Amino acid sequence: MANNQLKRVDIIFSPYSVAPYEILRLTMHKEKSDVINELIESGLRGRGGAGFPTGLKWKYLAAEQDSEKYIICNADEGEPGTFKDRKLLVEVPRKVFSGMAIAAYVTGAKIGFLYLRREYRNLIPQLNKELDIFNESAKKFGLDFKISIFSGSGAYVCGEETALIESMEGKRGEPRNKPPFPIQNGYLGKPTLVNNVETFASTSMICRIGADKYKALGTDDQHGSKLFSISGDSPKEGVHELELGMKISDFVEEFGDGDTKAVQIGGVAGFCIPRKQFETSIIGEGNTTGGATMIFNSTRSMYNVLHNYLDFFAEESCGQCTPCRVGTQQLLKGIEAVKSGKKPASYLDDLIKLSKTMQITSKCGLGQSVTNSFASIIENFREEMIY
Amino acid sequence: MLEISEIIQEKVAEHGRERKALLPILQSIVNLKNYIADKDMVQIAEALDISAADVYGTASFYSFLETEEKGKYVIRVCKSITCEMKGKHCVLKALEDTLKVKLGETTHDGLFSLEQANCLGLCDVGPAMLINEQPYTKLTPDSVHEIITEYRNKVK
Repeated sequence: MANNQLKRVDIIFSPYSVAPYEILRLTMHKEKSDVINELIESGLRGRGGAGFPTGLKWKYLAAEQDSEKYIICNADEGEPGTFKDRKLLVEVPRKVFSGMAIAAYVTGAKIGFLYLRREYRNLIPQLNKELDIFNESAKKFGLDFKISIFSGSGAYVCGEETALIESMEGKRGEPRNKPPFPIQNGYLGKPTLVNNVETFASTSMICRIGADKYKALGTDDQHGSKLFSISGDSPKEGVHELELGMKISDFVEEFGDGDTKAVQIGGVAGFCIPRKQFETSIIGEGNTTGGATMIFNSTRSMYNVLHNYLDFFAEESCGQCTPCRVGTQQLLKGIEAVKSGKKPASYLDDLIKLSKTMQITSKCGLGQSVTNSFASIIENFREEMIY
Repeated sequence: MLEISEIIQEKVAEHGRERKALLPILQSIVNLKNYIADKDMVQIAEALDISAADVYGTASFYSFLETEEKGKYVIRVCKSITCEMKGKHCVLKALEDTLKVKLGETTHDGLFSLEQANCLGLCDVGPAMLINEQPYTKLTPDSVHEIITEYRNKVK
């Protein structure tokens, strides 16, 4: 079916340049400040979900005076429904390492880590092979930067950058208070840049095609292209690269099974969009940008969906702050009580209030974002929660 | 077989006698024998000059650092929503039937432990599971029987 709104792109999985790390070599001939400005100009935002402008983050690290700085690639994607980083690391790891090395070149960092989630440990042998090629190339280009792999141990919250750093320091993965941000006070107290796998791969592609060409993709509000992990009731499950700024109705037409009832945007920490809002909602505007998109058709019980999410949150809450630790458990118990008739339907409104309180009072993104899916499912599928 | 003290020595040589050596040490012990015993934690604590409670607190935080004895092969079935939608329950039932254990238990021969895990990042090819670090995808009750039989034959 003709579809003018949804544009497929093929940048991030495009073939490598002929010589290994050619983009890195060429970029190292440019002025450091020019590279940073190009990134800022491109409009690239962090692809892990939080969406902080990448070029600015690099600029801040470059400005830090410390002689010891670290570059960390966050490959701890644990958001249910997300698997794009795995595909990147399997198919184009060179682009990821290339992005890290460009960051090292412009910021003066000498040590880099790939924080790889434990679930992906079977990828380590092939990643190490690529790292051998990288280390050889870096030596040839005169870049003093070494990357090694740090294996995670299984904790969703470690995708949060300060929890990730705590974990690398040998502690429980409990998020820190911010500020100070890792850019000033990160790994071992030193200035540290943490970017997502897709963000690093995108930076190397921007260095290849130029900021203008990259910025031309997408809409005025959202520039560039983005990987979407699509799963659920879809005949086209998998990773797809799309221009940003698409309407959910166009998305559903392309990827749904013809009977789509709701779409979960941005994983379980994101929003659940019901059919009646497909026309008016744009992916990435007012919802999160991690790219996890789960499609539910009309045979699915949204109570079961929400129960599954809450079970996940209650288990993965690090337990450090009370609103999140207790809140996630109470929300789970609460919907069970309403479903079994032990509590009246109006109790759902109290639970929504609780989730909003968690949004204000939780320490990190985990507890703060529970209300996104919780309130959007209860408000749009209230009857399914009761009967 | 490597001794715990050798692992500790090796990792301390690599990372220094510092707290940041803790996770690499714990991970290596789990690779060696699938779980970290209480006495191992005391030994690590002494080597890194931190309290044993800190070692336990850290180890017990992470879902892949087992602190109780597990089977040689730990099976982790993904319980996230998309795997559930695609028939995780039937897969789990088939595993329970063939292994003759319930979720959370270890077989009498000490070969398999059956667990659940949160998202394994294999949502487009679910239902999925890991056996130790090896992923298995698009599982059906039949394929699960075949996979388990393969593992059983491997150790015979």
